[in-house]
Amino acid sequence: MDWFPLLNSLRIAVISAVIVFFLGIAAAYYVAKLPRVVKGALDVVFTLPLVLPPTVVGYLLLMLLGPRRVVGAWVLEHFAVKLTMQWWSAVFAVSVVVFPLMYRTARGAFESFDETLAQAGQTLGLSNTWIFWRIRMPACRQGILAGAVLAFARALGEYGATSMLAGYTPGKTATVATEVYQLWRIGNDALALRWVLVNIAISAVVLLAVNLLERRAPRRKGAGL
Amino acid sequence: MSLYVDIEKRLGGFHLRVQFETGGEVLALLGASGCGKSMTLKCIAGVETPDRGRIVLNGRTLFDSEKKINLPPQKRRVGYLFQQYALFPNMTAAQNIACALRNLPRGARDARVAELVKTFRLEGLEKLRPSQLSGGQQQRVALARIFASQPEALLLDEPFAALDSYLRWQLELSLMDTLQAYAGDVLFVSHSRDEVCRLCQSVCVLCGGLAEPRLPVRELIDAPATRAAALLSGCKNVSRARRAGEYKVECPDWGVTLKTAQQVHEDVTFAGYRAHYFDLADGPGENVIECRVVRVIDNIFSVIVMLQPLRGTELLRYELPQDAWRQAEAATVYLHARPECVLLLTGEE
Repeated sequence: MDWFPLLNSLRIAVISAVIVFFLGIAAAYYVAKLPRVVKGALDVVFTLPLVLPPTVVGYLLLMLLGPRRVVGAWVLEHFAVKLTMQWWSAVFAVSVVVFPLMYRTARGAFESFDETLAQAGQTLGLSNTWIFWRIRMPACRQGILAGAVLAFARALGEYGATSMLAGYTPGKTATVATEVYQLWRIGNDALALRWVLVNIAISAVVLLAVNLLERRAPRRKGAGL
Repeated sequence: MSLYVDIEKRLGGFHLRVQFETGGEVLALLGASGCGKSMTLKCIAGVETPDRGRIVLNGRTLFDSEKKINLPPQKRRVGYLFQQYALFPNMTAAQNIACALRNLPRGARDARVAELVKTFRLEGLEKLRPSQLSGGQQQRVALARIFASQPEALLLDEPFAALDSYLRWQLELSLMDTLQAYAGDVLFVSHSRDEVCRLCQSVCVLCGGLAEPRLPVRELIDAPATRAAALLSGCKNVSRARRAGEYKVECPDWGVTLKTAQQVHEDVTFAGYRAHYFDLADGPGENVIECRVVRVIDNIFSVIVMLQPLRGTELLRYELPQDAWRQAEAATVYLHARPECVLLLTGEE
């Protein structure tokens, strides 16, 4: 059994999760501070990839990153790099698809944060950066971690947008999800089943982790706040 | 030591207008909940921004809308004790105190934390998290943390609201000591006239976002000038009122025109009378209100009698020592109001 698809899936998921972790937190933090109307509009935009079919996300991304499209053509001309059909092309697709998961859980965590803690920090002379990393983030840790794990899990299984942007090239862009589809298409049921089992095992572990994180969450509420 | 505040802020339908000046004493902001007390403190601390006005602390301008000055809270050196203390839940008591000393080198910081732990009697609690501390201990940690940051003024937002009554008294005693040792200005927000009376020298009554002029606490109790001040000072009986003569005020809610010792001005809109200043008269006469007894309520050390004036609309409250009441319910009694005890008040409903 060639383990490349698993390796590829893992590296795509890890990179995407890291990118989305920071982008999602930043978006959640700044959106919460915006006036109501702008907030509502941005919220729709940021959540859209969650409800759109991944193929639609893939299509939209291709319209942007394709070799003859605005961004794709520019990069191709200046750096001689094609943005599609590489293993890392899937990172674009996966990041966009899983972004809303991170954004929404982080926003929920920030919204339940007791603002007087930040205000107390400010009156004590602590910088806003310090307050963010040492008070706000630890207080919202559970929610943010749960969001990150959820985003990572979804990233591992992304199929639609990935297959449109990175395609399926064995040993080059194949992921677990695209591998299963290919094996089933050519009738290699036995190998397909093995990949299916691998996939289920990984997903189960990840979801178990999410559950454990969420079960610990309520304990920090109540006393002390 | 001086703090000058003159600010205005609109928030939805709420309009906050506060102006006062203090000089090194403990000033109370007294008002019912939702009257803008906490918002005033937040504007002074800099975590909220007023629409207009000026805040000056010891000659330093913290906020000036005309000169476009708005110091961030970090630079204001104003200590803020939040109602729920706002201790950082992810840090121990000692870490909470130490984080206000981040500019000190490690050795000096540890020494200062140890010193504050001793001052605020927190020995043995240093390694505990806020959730493991009692309400009183939490407040002491919060105070230690504030004093670590060496504030030039201290803002206390209902410091006893989160505590039960026994603990409250213990903490009040220790807060008295703390405040006495503190040289800067102190603003004490409360809705309790008792706390204000014990802890503060002067008081500023806030009503519906509008601050009344500052006055000595004694004056608030003896001669409140407005309806809001009278109610907050514990006056239970307030009637609408109109000038009826140089020393006469008409009180339609009680159905009586009272003679007063104080001159009645045109701007009087309310009259107040404290529940325990009434006397019982034998029959009708000057300043006598004929009432029917509605209810007799036993209080801990007194009796409260609720009375319906026969020609008025509002119930009157009469309080007297426990054994002094002998009338039955539904009886008719004659309440006498002493002219020198009638409070003449201005202000709106």
